[in-house]
Amino acid sequence: MEPINWHTFFFLLFSLVACAFAVAVLISTNIVRMAFYLTLSLGATSGLFFLAGADFVGAMQLLIYVGGTLVLLIFGVMLTAQGPFISMKTAGGEWVLATIVGGALLALLLQTAFSVNDWHGPAAATPSHFGAREASSDPLTQPFTPATETASVRTASVTRGAKPAGEPSPWSEEAPRTATRLGMGLLGARVDLLEQHDDTLRHGMSGYLLPFEIVSVHLLVVLVGAAYLARAKRRARN
Amino acid sequence: MAEFLALYLPSWLAYLVAGLVHCALLLLIPFAGAMFFVWVERKVSARIQDRLGPTRVGGRFGWLQLLADGLKLINKEDVMPKDADALLFRMAPYVSFCASFTALLALPFSQGWVPQHMNVGVFFILAVLGLEVFGVILGGYSSASKWSLFGAMREAAQVVSYEVPLGLCVVVPVMIAGSMDLVTIASMQAGLFTNWFIFHDPFTFITFWVYFTCAVASVNRAPFDLAEAESELVAGFHTEYSGFRWLAFYMAEYGSMFAVSGLAAILFFGGWNGPLPVAELLRLTHDTGPVAGYLGNLLGLFNFVFKCVAGVTVMIWVRWTLPRLRIDQVLKTCLKYCTPLAAGAFLGAAVWTLYLPGGVGLRSRPYVEVLERAPQNARQPSTSAAPDRIAAKPQPILRAGGINPPE
Amino acid sequence: MNLLSQPVGLSHYLVVGAVLFVAGVACMATKRNALGVLLGIELVLNGANVNFVAFSSSWLRSDSQFAMGLEGHLVALFVIVLAAAEAAVALAITLNFYNNHATIDVDRADELQG
Repeated sequence: MEPINWHTFFFLLFSLVACAFAVAVLISTNIVRMAFYLTLSLGATSGLFFLAGADFVGAMQLLIYVGGTLVLLIFGVMLTAQGPFISMKTAGGEWVLATIVGGALLALLLQTAFSVNDWHGPAAATPSHFGAREASSDPLTQPFTPATETASVRTASVTRGAKPAGEPSPWSEEAPRTATRLGMGLLGARVDLLEQHDDTLRHGMSGYLLPFEIVSVHLLVVLVGAAYLARAKRRARN
Repeated sequence: MAEFLALYLPSWLAYLVAGLVHCALLLLIPFAGAMFFVWVERKVSARIQDRLGPTRVGGRFGWLQLLADGLKLINKEDVMPKDADALLFRMAPYVSFCASFTALLALPFSQGWVPQHMNVGVFFILAVLGLEVFGVILGGYSSASKWSLFGAMREAAQVVSYEVPLGLCVVVPVMIAGSMDLVTIASMQAGLFTNWFIFHDPFTFITFWVYFTCAVASVNRAPFDLAEAESELVAGFHTEYSGFRWLAFYMAEYGSMFAVSGLAAILFFGGWNGPLPVAELLRLTHDTGPVAGYLGNLLGLFNFVFKCVAGVTVMIWVRWTLPRLRIDQVLKTCLKYCTPLAAGAFLGAAVWTLYLPGGVGLRSRPYVEVLERAPQNARQPSTSAAPDRIAAKPQPILRAGGINPPE
Repeated sequence: MNLLSQPVGLSHYLVVGAVLFVAGVACMATKRNALGVLLGIELVLNGANVNFVAFSSSWLRSDSQFAMGLEGHLVALFVIVLAAAEAAVALAITLNFYNNHATIDVDRADELQG
């Protein structure tokens, strides 16, 4: 019996939970249950992020999306879930139309997802991280490499210090460490792309400081705007 | 352990059993810990109120009182209000319990003894502790009682608003250590107790007290427990819950208290490191041998659990000493006192770290030496041998014409 | 068992992203409750995030030197932040609508209708 690939097992678990509860959000008519199902779906999505190696994004999803945005939505749901508004059904005709459009879009996306051969899975010859750009022994970038042990044919020419081929599974490596790189990237230092030899591409590596500032100001504006919109108003008529 | 079991069982079963064993060990904390902490609470509250507390069941000190209570709760009739939303009513306690339990996944109990060694451990714990509020909201809503809903909404507002200063306070030790990895943060405090981050600079000292206040508010304890104490007056979110469902909420609360105490222990009090480096003096480290290393880790485990229990006991002590705050006082404390204090302490600690990276000079071991022993920080052989971050001095990261690596 | 022993690739993550996205779009299109529409928006943004993170992962594809790497993570981060911001504003608008019209049914929001 072949050994279970635990990454596949957990991927199936999380993706089935996420998709099932997303469909449950669509099908359910009770607004409170919809919000609860969405919470579970987004929690499973966070698990998917962890599985794909995005530990910081996964934790951020839990903290901000599930723990912040969804709590906000649930507050809104609680404030408006009175009597007739808890369950509102949609007309049958709209469902038919939604099914046709949604089904077509889903078919298109699925067909596109499976159309590129390279996307079907990791190759037997384990890919090395970022190919031409990652070859340093910098301790900051080293641990992020899923597999430094196999010299794949495409990248052999640029991989420095390639070790002899080892275990081909990329998940035998250590846990991903993206937090420091992300933090540095947000400050403008792209420490994940230190070995970028191509000058043209190097000019574009300015980091994400400007988007970071823009988003910060954006959040401030949203805070002020939402507070203004939600202020207690005097009633025009008693 | 999984590899060991795989010699006897098919490999998938071996992994499953190993996982279940580790889960069972972790589940000891909510179950047995809740029992122990409730006993501590009843005894401490009794002494504070000049009475004795449980003295009959299990001898003079009432050890088994909690076992009797637990058995009683399990045997209770399972009632549910007629208008309650059945699915949500049943799910709510377990959502809280799962959130509280998941936070224990990232807590290191000793050198290398962490259920899941995460690079973003601190972030993960903060994120998951914030999910407990869902159980509260759903429980309050699905009880089909106006008062439960009000209590739940107030408690949710309190928990959510206290996450902000809590996050700010947690960032201070992370900034001093340079890593969100809890194992690294605690390892950097090895040695004498003067290495602990709480003594690193006055701002971190202030930060600890603000963190403790926010943590107590975040788990709805002590002076901030209007949501559950209003059950004495009107109704709280768990009014309609009885028997095992109530027990699940209660275990979630004590599990969270343990988790935030553990986080405080690791961030400010050195985690598994005792006040004196006893394990090193007795040569109980991994260098000497695997058994000695295990014993040293066990000593660290006792240290850590002692600190957690001390934290929870202080929370219990404060609960029975201070009067309860009203909801407007609670929110005022958060927005007017905790958040500015936390922000000010953060700024102060940042500036202090910039110019005096070694703290007030009480360190008995320099940073570099600690980090160079980083390979011992994890039992898994796959963790990189390279340190997370070298010197505390910040390097110029951007110079004209190129990008410098940070160290 | 055969299913569980094969490695999972980028395509499978894209499928999950697609399902989340389509469920969100259908939610936005069919729900009469304004908050249901908001939940659909969150689903759509999450589907996109799953795609971004999957493309940026370097161990899900065999041509991984083309993996987006940190760009994908940073974009996902910004998407999460912006989704929180727009959820706040959308909720404020919805609550205003509820306070003024005593209903949360989007079919009743037809004052500007010709």
